[in-house]
Amino acid sequence: MKKIVLIGNPNVGKSVLFSRLTGVRVLVSNYPGTTVEFLEGYVNIDGEQMKILDLPGTYSLEPNAPAEEVAVKMIEEADLVINVVDATNLERNLYLTMTLLEQRRPMIIALNMFDDIKHRGISIDVAKLEDLLGVSVAPTSGITGLGIKQLKERLVEAKPGQFDRGTHQERWQKIGDIIDKVQQLSHRHHTLFEILEDASVNHAWGVAIAIFIIAFSFKTVRFLGEGLIKYVLEPFFQLVYKPVLESFSIYLQNKPFLHNILLGRMIDNNIDFEKSMGLLTTAPYIEFVIVLPYIFAFYLLLSFLEDIGYMPRLALLLDNIMHRLGLHGFAIIPILLGFGCNVPGIIATRILESKRERFIASTIISIGVPCAALQAMIFGMLGKFGARYVIAVYLVLFSVWLFLGAALNRLLKGYSPELFIEIPPYRWPDFKLLFKKMFLRIKGFVVDALPIVLLSVLIINLLQQIELFESISQFFAPLLNKVFGLPKEAAWALIVGFLRKDIAVGMLIPLKLTVKQMMIACVVLSMSFPCVATFIIFLKELGPRRLFQAVLITLSITFLGGATMNFFLH
Amino acid sequence: MKKITLVQMKTGAKGRIVQLEGGPAFESRLSAMGVRIDKHIVKLSAFVLQGPVAIRSGNTVLALGYGMASKIWVELIKK
Ligand SMILES: Nc1nc2c(ncn2[C@@H]2O[C@H](COP(=O)(O)OP(=O)(O)OP(=O)(O)O)[C@@H](O)[C@H]2O)c(=O)[nH]1
Ligand SMILES: [Mg+2]
Repeated sequence: MKKIVLIGNPNVGKSVLFSRLTGVRVLVSNYPGTTVEFLEGYVNIDGEQMKILDLPGTYSLEPNAPAEEVAVKMIEEADLVINVVDATNLERNLYLTMTLLEQRRPMIIALNMFDDIKHRGISIDVAKLEDLLGVSVAPTSGITGLGIKQLKERLVEAKPGQFDRGTHQERWQKIGDIIDKVQQLSHRHHTLFEILEDASVNHAWGVAIAIFIIAFSFKTVRFLGEGLIKYVLEPFFQLVYKPVLESFSIYLQNKPFLHNILLGRMIDNNIDFEKSMGLLTTAPYIEFVIVLPYIFAFYLLLSFLEDIGYMPRLALLLDNIMHRLGLHGFAIIPILLGFGCNVPGIIATRILESKRERFIASTIISIGVPCAALQAMIFGMLGKFGARYVIAVYLVLFSVWLFLGAALNRLLKGYSPELFIEIPPYRWPDFKLLFKKMFLRIKGFVVDALPIVLLSVLIINLLQQIELFESISQFFAPLLNKVFGLPKEAAWALIVGFLRKDIAVGMLIPLKLTVKQMMIACVVLSMSFPCVATFIIFLKELGPRRLFQAVLITLSITFLGGATMNFFLH
Repeated sequence: MKKITLVQMKTGAKGRIVQLEGGPAFESRLSAMGVRIDKHIVKLSAFVLQGPVAIRSGNTVLALGYGMASKIWVELIKK
C-alpha cells in the first residue's frame, strides 16, 4: 500500500488536514508540539486505498527532539509527501519546503490557513508560487474545509522537486527571490488580538495577565465542577438511579453474594453511594458524579487555553523558574497536560530535547502533579473543611516540585538546553474542533478509567467479604500511625491508590479522618506510587532503569513529605 | 555601526542580525526558524534574572533563552 506523509513546521494545521482527509479524530491545539507521535489513517484516491500518516511538526530535517526524530525518520519511508505550509508565515515555512524539494521525493504542497491571510493583509500569487517551486500548490483551510477536495484530487500531480542541495544562505537567497515575486503585504491596523499578543509576552503585563488567567481558570473549574455535581449529577443519581437500584436490591434479596458485589453493603438499610462499595453503586458514583464533572470542567478550560494559543506564552513567562528545576519553560505544557491525566503528560515530554529533561519532567509529573480525577476527590473531600486546606495541599505539592526539580538538576549529569519556541498568534477557537477534542479526551478517560475503577471496587469488595482487611491493615499500622499519623485502615487506600487514586480517596470517607489526617492522606496519595497507567507509560517512555529511580525517589519523598506534615501540622 | 546582542537591545528596538556566534549546529537551528544574518527583528520583551527574550521576526514571534539571545548580534536600525 502506498504511504503518504503529512509534513511541515509545527502548528501549521497538519492534524486538522489529517482529520479532514481520513475522518480520524486527532488532537489539534494552537501550539507547536501537539502531535508527538505518528498517527495512521486511510484515504481512498481514485479507488486506491492509501495509508496516510500525521507526523509531529519539524522546522528542518535535522531533528532536535524525539518528536521531530519521528517525523524525519518517517519521511524516508514515504511514497508521497504532502508538505503543509502555513500561508500566514510563508517565508519561514518555505525553508523546510526547500530542503524537502532537495530530497526529490514525489511531493505536493498544501498551502494551509488560506482562510486567514486576507485579514492579515497578505496576498499570495499561488500560480506563480507553483511555477517557481516546480510542484503543485493547493490552497487549503482545515477550519473551513476550503480546498480539501481539490487537495485529494491533485495528489496524483505529485512530482519530485528539482532543486539542488544548498547551504542555508543559498536556500534563504532562493526563498527571498520567491517571496519577492509571489507575496504582497498591505499595511493594516493592529487588531485587539495583536495588542493582547504583545501584552501577554511583556514582562510586567504578561505576569499580571497570567495570574489573572490562572486564578480565573481555577475558579471556573470549581464553579463548573461543583455546579454540575450539585444541580445535575447528584440529583440524577439520587432521584432517578437510586430508585432503580432499590428495586434491584429487593430482587437480589436472596442472593447475598451477588447483592454484595453489585450493590455493596447496605448502610443503615440504605444504599450509600459513598460507602457501599458495590460495582453499581460506589464505582459509578465516584467516577460519574464526583470525578467526571471536574474532568469536563478541567478539559474545557484547558482546551480553550490551548486553542486560543495561550500555552506558549506561559512557557515564556515561566522559563526562569523552570530553569531552576533543570527544565525550560516549554516543559509547562506536559506538566499542565499532566493535571488532566499523568499519562498524556508524560507522553508529551517528547517535545523536550534531552533525556535528562524528559526524566525530570516525567518524575515531577508522576509525583507532584495530581491528575484531574484525584483533584476532584481532593476538592470534594477536603473542600468540605474549607478552601484553604485545598490550597495548602497544592502549596505542599508545588514546594515538592521545586525541591525535587532543584535536587535532580543538581544530581543528574549534564545540563538542560534552553528555551527556543515559536509563539503562535492568538486565534479564536473553532468550537466544533474544541468540542471534538473534549469528547476525545473525556471518552479516553471513561474508556481507560472505568475498567480499572470497576476492578478496584471489586477487589475492595471481595476483600471486605473475606475479611483479609484486618491482617494487612495491622501489618502497616506502625508505619501509618507513627510516621503519617493515619489510622491503620488507610493502608488499603494507599494500596488501592496504585490502581486508581480517586477510588483510594473514596476509601478514606468512612474513616472519618480529621482535617490534618485528610490533608496528609491527600498529599501522600498524590505523591506516592504512580497509578498503574502512569507506571506503564513511564516504563514505556523512559525505560526500566529510569522507572526504578523514579520509584525510589517517589517512596522517599512520600515518606519525608508525609512525616514532615505530620510533625509540623496541628 | 556598533553591534550589540539581543540581550543588550532595548525592548521595542529594531535591529538587523549581523552575526550568530554559536557554531554551525546553532546556526542551522536558528536558520530553520527564520533567524538568520540580515533578517530584521524587533525585540518584544525580556525578563529579569537572565530570563528569556521574545522577538518578532517577520510574522513569527519567537521566545529564546538568555544564553541563546546573548549569542545573537544585531545592528540597531534607526527609525
Ligand atoms: N484559521 C485557520 N486555522 C487553522 C487552520 N488549520 C489549522 N488551524 C489551527 O491551527 C492550530 C494548529 O493546528 P494543528 O492541526 O494542531 O497543527 P499541527 O501542524 O498538527 O501542529 P503540531 O502537531 O503541533 O505540529 C489549531 O489551533 C487549528 O485550529 C486553517 O486552515 N485556518
Ligand atoms: Mg499535529
